Amino acid sequence: MTIFSLYILSKSGGLIYQHDHNLPTIENEKTFSFPLELKLDVQNRNVMVSFGQRDGIKVGHMLVAINGMKVTGQQLDDGRDALQVLQDEANYPINLKFARPRLTTNEKIFQASMFYPLYALACQLSPEPRSSGIEVLEADNFRMNCFQTLTGVKFMVISDPKQSGVDALLHRVYELYADFALKNPFYSLEMPIRCELFDEHLKTALEQAERPGFSNV
Amino acid sequence: MTIYNLYIFDRDGQMLYYGEWTRKKQSGMSREEEAKLMYGMIFSIKSFVTKMSPVDLREGYLTYCTNKYPALHLFETPSRIKFVLNTDVGAQGIKELLHQIYTQVYVEYVSFNPMCPLNKPIESELFAAKLDEVVRQSPAYASRPA
Repeated sequence: MTIFSLYILSKSGGLIYQHDHNLPTIENEKTFSFPLELKLDVQNRNVMVSFGQRDGIKVGHMLVAINGMKVTGQQLDDGRDALQVLQDEANYPINLKFARPRLTTNEKIFQASMFYPLYALACQLSPEPRSSGIEVLEADNFRMNCFQTLTGVKFMVISDPKQSGVDALLHRVYELYADFALKNPFYSLEMPIRCELFDEHLKTALEQAERPGFSNV
Repeated sequence: MTIYNLYIFDRDGQMLYYGEWTRKKQSGMSREEEAKLMYGMIFSIKSFVTKMSPVDLREGYLTYCTNKYPALHLFETPSRIKFVLNTDVGAQGIKELLHQIYTQVYVEYVSFNPMCPLNKPIESELFAAKLDEVVRQSPAYASRPA
């Protein structure tokens, strides 16, 4: 019963607020011997697995550490190039740690803006007249709830499929947005929200929703 | 609990089959355009879900619903054939239904059929008849609002 993250989109589709509450980190550490079974590739300036799957390490995972030393981008902390180290047989057996890459801020903005036209497309393609856009999107291991206000602002919450009371939570977040963002005289519409009180109250609301037995007051 | 329509897309995005049971509103564009738009939306949703999902996806199934609209269910086979089914909000057990459509209808009457070329629209009447039968017999089709 966890809430993973929350996104707020403005009327024009831009991301104005994002909060990661409880993102699980998937990390796998394994010892490999030469030659390496997985095929590694450089994508987005990171070393990623492009082919090969073993023991929980899947395609798309990113190399995070070699023998305990952290890897940033393509380089190890002591300046050596990660791919070169991996190609040198003398370094084996080698201990590698892979993790599922987290989205960068740019990617989050991109994905959130991507959602906006999908919402409108769903409205247009529906076989029943006068339906709204996507309210709930459910996949295997997460569910995304989206609430669109009358002014076009969208609140999206990504949570566990078993999480209940998300509708109440979305309305609560809307109340907080109205209280701390809209009533703030220094806040301009459609701009990113930077308000400490909003962050604090939001965290409290999310924690309350995660606690089992939360009921809508 | 009604079923509105069903689209089957192949791995390149070509529509192989479209079946309709109830449809209240036309989207105002031709069938091909609507199919392309639907495929584009499905593709974008899938890539969105892959990026946003906190853990990796295992099965090729996802569903979304709006307030009135029927829920849209997407089932993707490992060979990247996509079955898109629109039902109303109260439908249960659609995952099993889509799986059943794939194994009992598509695989039997299309994949095993030497006369049916893959990657071309399905013209077999036997397929259409069997699909209709499976859908009508499913519990999700039980009650139809007049």
